[in-house]
Amino acid sequence: MKLGSILKTGVVAAGLLAGAAGSALAQGAPIKVGVLHSLSGTMAISETTLKDVMLMLIEEQNKKGGVLGRKLEAVVVDPASNWPLFAEKARELLQKEKVAAVFGCWTSVSRKSVLPVFEELNGILFYPVQYEGEESSRNVFYTGAAPNQQAIPAVDYLMNNEKVQRWVLAGTDYVYPRTTNKILEAYLKQKGVKQEDIMINYTPFGHSDWQSIVAEIKKFGSAGKKTAVVSTINGDANVPFYKELGNAGIKAKDIPVVAFSVGEEELAGIDTKPLLGHLAAWNYFQSVKNPSNEAFIKAWQTFTKNPKRVTNDPMEAHVIGFNMWIEAVKKAGTTDPDAVIDAMIGITVPNLSGGYSAMMPNHHITKPVLIGEIQGNGQFDTVWQTPGLVVAEEWSPYLPDSKDLIADWRKPMNCGNFNVVSGKCGGKGK
Amino acid sequence: MITRFLWQGMGPSLRVAVLFVLAIGIILPLLNQLMPASNALYVPAWVLQLIGKYLCFASLALAVDLVWGFCGILTLGHAAFFALGGYCMGMYLMRQIGSRGQYGNPLLPDFMVFLNYKELPWFWHGFDQFWFAAIMIVLVPSLLALALGWFAFRSRVTGVYLSIITQAMTFALMLAFFRNDMGLGGNNGMTDFKDILGFSVQSDATRATLCFASALVLAIFLVISAAVVGSRFGKALTAVRDAESRMRFLGYRVEGYKLFVFVLSAAMAGIAGALYVPQVGIINPSEFSPGNSIEAVLWVAVGGRGTLIGPVIGAFLVNWGKTYLTGALPEVWLFALGALFIAVTLFLPKGVVGLWSQIRSRGTTRKAKVPA
Amino acid sequence: MFFLRLLTGVSSALAVVLITATAWAADLQTLVTNLTTGGFGDREKAISELVASGEARAAPILEALAAGQLYVRKADNVVVIGKADGNKLALSEAVSGKPAGSGTEAELDRVRVNNRLRGVIEAAVGSLTLMSPDARVRRDAADSLFKRPDPTALGALDAAIAAEKDARIKTAFQEARAAVVLTSDASKQDKLAALEVVRDKGNRDALSVLQAAINSQSDPEVKAAATAAAASVRQTLAGWEAAQNVWYGISLGSVLLLAAIGLAITFGTMGVINMAHGEMVMLGAYTTFVVQDIIRTSFPHLFDASLLIALPLAFLVAGVVGIAIERGIIRFLYGRPLDTLLATWGLSLVLQQAVRSIFGPSNREVGAPAFMSGAFQLGQLTITYGRLWIVVFSLLVFATLILVLRKTPLGLYMRAVTQNRPMASAMGIRTPRVDALTFGLGSGIAGLAGVALSQIDNVSPNLGQGYIIDSFMVVVFGGVGNLFGTLVGATALGIVNKFLEPYAGAVLGKILVLVFIILFIQRRPRGLFALKGRSVE
Repeated sequence: MKLGSILKTGVVAAGLLAGAAGSALAQGAPIKVGVLHSLSGTMAISETTLKDVMLMLIEEQNKKGGVLGRKLEAVVVDPASNWPLFAEKARELLQKEKVAAVFGCWTSVSRKSVLPVFEELNGILFYPVQYEGEESSRNVFYTGAAPNQQAIPAVDYLMNNEKVQRWVLAGTDYVYPRTTNKILEAYLKQKGVKQEDIMINYTPFGHSDWQSIVAEIKKFGSAGKKTAVVSTINGDANVPFYKELGNAGIKAKDIPVVAFSVGEEELAGIDTKPLLGHLAAWNYFQSVKNPSNEAFIKAWQTFTKNPKRVTNDPMEAHVIGFNMWIEAVKKAGTTDPDAVIDAMIGITVPNLSGGYSAMMPNHHITKPVLIGEIQGNGQFDTVWQTPGLVVAEEWSPYLPDSKDLIADWRKPMNCGNFNVVSGKCGGKGK
Repeated sequence: MITRFLWQGMGPSLRVAVLFVLAIGIILPLLNQLMPASNALYVPAWVLQLIGKYLCFASLALAVDLVWGFCGILTLGHAAFFALGGYCMGMYLMRQIGSRGQYGNPLLPDFMVFLNYKELPWFWHGFDQFWFAAIMIVLVPSLLALALGWFAFRSRVTGVYLSIITQAMTFALMLAFFRNDMGLGGNNGMTDFKDILGFSVQSDATRATLCFASALVLAIFLVISAAVVGSRFGKALTAVRDAESRMRFLGYRVEGYKLFVFVLSAAMAGIAGALYVPQVGIINPSEFSPGNSIEAVLWVAVGGRGTLIGPVIGAFLVNWGKTYLTGALPEVWLFALGALFIAVTLFLPKGVVGLWSQIRSRGTTRKAKVPA
Repeated sequence: MFFLRLLTGVSSALAVVLITATAWAADLQTLVTNLTTGGFGDREKAISELVASGEARAAPILEALAAGQLYVRKADNVVVIGKADGNKLALSEAVSGKPAGSGTEAELDRVRVNNRLRGVIEAAVGSLTLMSPDARVRRDAADSLFKRPDPTALGALDAAIAAEKDARIKTAFQEARAAVVLTSDASKQDKLAALEVVRDKGNRDALSVLQAAINSQSDPEVKAAATAAAASVRQTLAGWEAAQNVWYGISLGSVLLLAAIGLAITFGTMGVINMAHGEMVMLGAYTTFVVQDIIRTSFPHLFDASLLIALPLAFLVAGVVGIAIERGIIRFLYGRPLDTLLATWGLSLVLQQAVRSIFGPSNREVGAPAFMSGAFQLGQLTITYGRLWIVVFSLLVFATLILVLRKTPLGLYMRAVTQNRPMASAMGIRTPRVDALTFGLGSGIAGLAGVALSQIDNVSPNLGQGYIIDSFMVVVFGGVGNLFGTLVGATALGIVNKFLEPYAGAVLGKILVLVFIILFIQRRPRGLFALKGRSVE
């Protein structure tokens, strides 16, 4: 009986989608938008905020009258930081709830887990977090940064402005740090840095005793050359890491640490005064001054009823992704996935850093890169910014196996891993 | 003849349970395959996948119950055997992808390509053959259980000490599998499977078959467990549970009994894990997390420890609750789950099955009183 | 006061040119305005101009700039220095130093600096403050000049060495001078002498200076001497490294001990497999957060005492919750130890989610009081105060607990009840009450651990999850029911872990420790210190 009723709503929804043109849907059922972020378990710490942002964006859009004359309705589920559950919930959102688009995932493994589901059921996923690249799916829009939109500019900054010659690449042992460090290692070597001036260190998830590693960094840093740490340490482990750094008296002036996973949210849990001057590279900082950002911060703090609530980069990515999706739905005149996916490419919306971001044919967006220094109040001061927007390199040119690959989802290529040497789609194209 | 023997060895309620499990495993997939999508009786594929997943969990719960409920070994590491079976299956499925990976490398899976592996690690050889993988699915968890059990039971590690070392084992395995240097995909594990035995894992027919296979395996496990428990051997097992020292004094080789049932149970968990992976589409080190093992114990407790139907009911109940509540009450479902565990231990020490027999026995006593 | 005295010091050191008061102010005005305009490159130039001007106000202005306390007031474009004063900033005019009311961040534009500028300022202020009357400031100045040798500071250093009376600071000045000499174009003899001074300093900073000398010196003799000096420093440091690993091990062990000691009571002596133990630790950490939050908003001057205030409260909160758990759930489950595992696991889910609902899922900030920040040197060993206090604290808690169990009536009852319940009951001990108090004590100690762990880890709903497995390992390894076993177990596991880590890496080190525990339990199935007795279960 339950199955039957689910089925009926499904049939009705399908009928509406197929039969009617945009305006005829004015009184139609609300458009469902899936929110697939962990609200419990280890990732709740980061992902819950993104769920709240989505609820706020949907509420605001509904105040403006929704889209295509229909209201939006958020369908929130809790995948509980459990990767198989991510796939199950994604399936539930697409098949049972028939959502028009899903905003979700944080970790790479959760994205990898849902990817086959979205490809099979032809759904749309907006993925808002910086990641390792090496992927481009027709059904996913990557609104976070690829390595070249975060890591490489940060290294350039340290090399040129702080004259860093020795590098510690420290990360949590999973795919994002591994890939990013591989890319950085290749990049640094290309810039003439010798192997002995690079130290690579991996730690497990949630590592909390950093004494030995901090001592090792100190040791590596006393070689008479300016040393910097490039940190791809994942969320939870950062607080004890920075606390240990602060206690051990490693100042940013001596050994600066540039992090790719530490934003305003993570800093909210630490006393940042001892960390003054350590760096982070992102595409957005809460401290960026422009009217659209100020309006967003205000709306966010009102929505969460907390005047101290901070904003961060993945939140901005969701703002951009959501606005792009709205524009694409308007352009396509329907929420039909195929039409929206085609309409997405080329959509340009304002970002919160004071410029515009565009959806490129590789399903990644253009972004400015900002380098910020941690301040005593838990915010970042932008100390450097790329002059223009950076286009994502989803396949890194610094990795031997991906340097010949490109993604282009426009017709006629329509391929996520086109090999420019063999001229064929599908990796090596043999 | 053996089947008949086994069949007669089971109690009537267990026979019903086996038939019911088989019925689920046959009818639902058939409804999915034969009914048109518009029919009210049509079962969508995602329901099949859920049922398939529950069936695998039920098999795991049964395996836990066999050692805990009937032999008194509280294992907090059974998810490790489940995950090992899953990894063996995952390796087979990865090899089946062939050159359809992102980089189009015919030999190496994607994660090896971008970690710059030049050739396949030695332990990946053979996994392109299903028969080899199938042997490994049983062999790897069994050998681990044999090694651990051999040492632990011989040195008479019992009670919480045993629980804690099984937990240490699964925790150590989780940390090890998280390492990218292991060559098993690190945190991302294995995903994006394409084929199993030449059939696409994404086709509804394959899903229906896998769901049926899971039901069949669970039914077979129930029959095997009933045979083990019902035999003389099983009686000795229960005696070991209730008074281990006394059994030892009576001259029984307690370790042998424990070891046999522990290894059997690990093999069952491994097979369940192998069926689980193609249905959920991912295997990853977090399957080893100690919390998963504890949860498996909880399914048994909720359903009813020391019965064979209990774990099956418990696994279905808790996991269906999880599926439903994470969708319906995403903010508060942990309260509900936590409260369920507390309530069950406090008020239903024998689980749901115990509740049923309690009600029934109360009914009979009342009836008995009437004529008097 | 301090700056007034500084004025005399600086003017004598740099021989300030006398100019009329009005022109003086006007000139400083432009210099300061230059600081606030243009990009970081312009700002660097403005800083060196300000330093070269020899103005007495230069040091405080530059210090404010480095600390991010220099602002431009939006209303009238006056450059002001803002110091935190409650929720507002107390302002003073940068040029004159006169008070200029108060303001909020929103009314001001902060003058931004980056790491490079901070380094430049530090070097500049370093040479400006070599004559400061405050010994600590002079020492810092010497340190920063040592780390960032600036050949132009040589004159100032010589003057400072001549004037210095404190022998230790004089040594620091001489070391700084040696580092400066190595970067200058001094003669070969001077450099060789300087190398010896730096070698004798013998720490990591010295090694860094020596390495830089090896890289930059052209004279082969100096180069060879620098290489030899670096080798000798390295040798000294290698010896200290072993000591360092022991210290790190003890420190990790103390954390494990703190986390496990409460469990040693609830699990070890009462036999409750308490999966909610980690959540008791978490409650202690959140109590600390709440206490600090109240102190921050209402009694800011008490901040350094916040942890001391939090300790009894955390003990009470976790203890009361513990007693409630015992009365509400555990007491129905005695004799069914495995069932306690299930119930407390459910409870831990509920507690985690409750904290998540009340405090939000993200990390909460717990600050370090002054006495727990920073580090000191013991030979070449850097010991951070935070870690030191945690070691001391864990031993204190342990000792107190032993005393409570051995010397108080409650301790006697507890031991009696856990050893022989029916007999204790027959002797008139109210066993249910003792059970509740024992569980409360164990939980309360977990709460105390939470106060300490809030200093080194995330204060988040997941805090307890990170420690629960380690805690069980420690208790089981040490021997269930034996508190000394827990102490020895925690320290041993900490030290083993820290000696493995440099060779095997953090992950593999931890795996090896776990395998070691599994194998150890096979050898001694009752842990390190098994309770002796004739009972066969």
